[in-house]
Amino acid sequence: MTDQSDILPVNQSMGGVSDQLTGIPLHFPAERRWLIAMLFASLLLLMFMVSVVELFTRGVGIWGINIPVNWAFAIHNYVWWLGIGHAGTLISALLLLTQSEWRNSLNRFAETMTLFAVICAGIYPVLHLGRPWYLYWMFPYPATMNVWPQFRSPLEWDIWAVLTYLTVSFAFWYTGLIPDLAAARDRATKRGWQIFFGITSLGWRGSAAHWLRWSQAYRLTAGLAVPLVVSVHSEVSLLFAAGQIPGWHSTIFPPYFVMGAAFSGFAVVSIIAISLRSWFGLKNLVTDDHLDLLGMVLIATGLMTAYGYVFEIFDALYSGDAHELQTLADRMTGAYAWTYWGAIVFNFIPLQALWWRIVRRTGWMLMLISISVVIGMWLERYMILVTSLYRDFLVSSWSHFTPTFWDWSTYFGTIGLFLVPFLLAIRFIPMISIFETEELLHEEKEEEHG
Amino acid sequence: MAERAYGLLAEFESPEALTAAAKKAREAGYRRLDAFTPFPIEGLARTLRLPRPKISWVGLIGGCSGCGFAFLMQCFTNYDFPLNVGGRPLYAFSAFAVVMFELTILFSALSMIVAMLWQNGLPRLNYPLFAAEQFHRASKDRFFLCVGADDGKFDKDRTSGFLQELGASSVESVGR
Repeated sequence: MTDQSDILPVNQSMGGVSDQLTGIPLHFPAERRWLIAMLFASLLLLMFMVSVVELFTRGVGIWGINIPVNWAFAIHNYVWWLGIGHAGTLISALLLLTQSEWRNSLNRFAETMTLFAVICAGIYPVLHLGRPWYLYWMFPYPATMNVWPQFRSPLEWDIWAVLTYLTVSFAFWYTGLIPDLAAARDRATKRGWQIFFGITSLGWRGSAAHWLRWSQAYRLTAGLAVPLVVSVHSEVSLLFAAGQIPGWHSTIFPPYFVMGAAFSGFAVVSIIAISLRSWFGLKNLVTDDHLDLLGMVLIATGLMTAYGYVFEIFDALYSGDAHELQTLADRMTGAYAWTYWGAIVFNFIPLQALWWRIVRRTGWMLMLISISVVIGMWLERYMILVTSLYRDFLVSSWSHFTPTFWDWSTYFGTIGLFLVPFLLAIRFIPMISIFETEELLHEEKEEEHG
Repeated sequence: MAERAYGLLAEFESPEALTAAAKKAREAGYRRLDAFTPFPIEGLARTLRLPRPKISWVGLIGGCSGCGFAFLMQCFTNYDFPLNVGGRPLYAFSAFAVVMFELTILFSALSMIVAMLWQNGLPRLNYPLFAAEQFHRASKDRFFLCVGADDGKFDKDRTSGFLQELGASSVESVGR
């Protein structure tokens, strides 16, 4: 790791940083660009709504799914979105516990990304239900038919894991946000802003006794959030691994999924970090050193994901099971070989450029590599889903999956579902943690003076 | 006193100055002290002799109850509606572990955050100190020490002079 004592330039004042960051919502500097982005995002969201209306009217038959590939885009994108979300929690919780102070410039928007990515993920299984209005059947309530949800099924674990993750992520995000909302309240001059931040900051006043309890609650929640992330994506992988489908039924799945999740998530964090810092002129807070560290994390998690690929092949070969070997061959040479090789190329080839420091520290290069990783991980989830299903045990049931227009429109629509609230968050709340940045700046200054 | 006072609010330029002043105020015999800072300051709680918070115990109790609730819930649903799935055990603890883990985390995290807000007396809309002239900088770049009017040693003029001596850049009287 680099020398962490000077991750932020020390020639800036604490008050200046506070004004700069509260100024983003209070005196929004990039109105026109924001509106254009919002228009684009709203169109995608509109497309999502149209797709959902169409889906609810005509049923899941509008998608390309059918036996044997009845899990396709819905679960594929669910896993993809959820994985992206995980990096936010890892950045804010894991790096808080390891006292990696470079997280302080990144955690807020990374956590915000988590929240909305988890919402995009969570909505997919609901859409996939076929009769989504029966969603409440997943909850244990005293039903007139005297039945209960089946807790021995991974599909039931799923809803508990995702809802817990969403709730805890929100609580953690909001707890960290309270002091910053108070800072924005104190800087606000317009009545509307004063009321908005006055209510959302819950009357925070920065009392020493409050800080003490706050720190304890925040750190302990962070400590819980780290195993939570690991458990949630492990649980998602159990949706696959607990079945006996060749290509899924493997013990490597939980760590393989968690690593892939962190990998794709850190790529999206890099994309957001690079966009925000050039958009709002935050190069003094999201520095080249931050990008450098993000690049290192990206290549580390990428190589761990690559290990998962290698082990998956080893697993199939070592088992000697005819169906496992068949699935392996199907992945590499079958009808969907492009997803397998696409995943490998997009995930791991451009990634190697990150070995060079100059690439890690150059915004647009890191951005391109991150986009490549996001595409690669999307292809990987596609590959895991479809190549295992389209040729299962019985030759008579072999068939293909081709995404339809509605598959694509729902998927691109969820990008709108992510972007609209994310852009609103950028507009209305401080997107970089003010008090943690100030704290770090103070520590750096203290070290400077000896 | 004619007007009911909340206390005196002294403003300092740096966390070090605040911590030093808090220490001297303790030594001078003041007990109703509180500090207001833009970010948590290490060692300040010790200087002010604040009691150690008990959030972690709340979290432990919350976690245990979440775990127990999940366990009992899953046992009960399988007892009330026994479904034979290929002869597998009804009370499959390895299968129950996932939901037990999730609810442990959920109950623990939420109880800690609620306990933190509860013990801090939040949310509340107003507080006497918000009326102070300089207090808005407590969330930005100033560090405040407040001596409560309910302190045994509190005397408006003498305490004010004492705080000035400690190097406060401003001292303000806050009404209730």
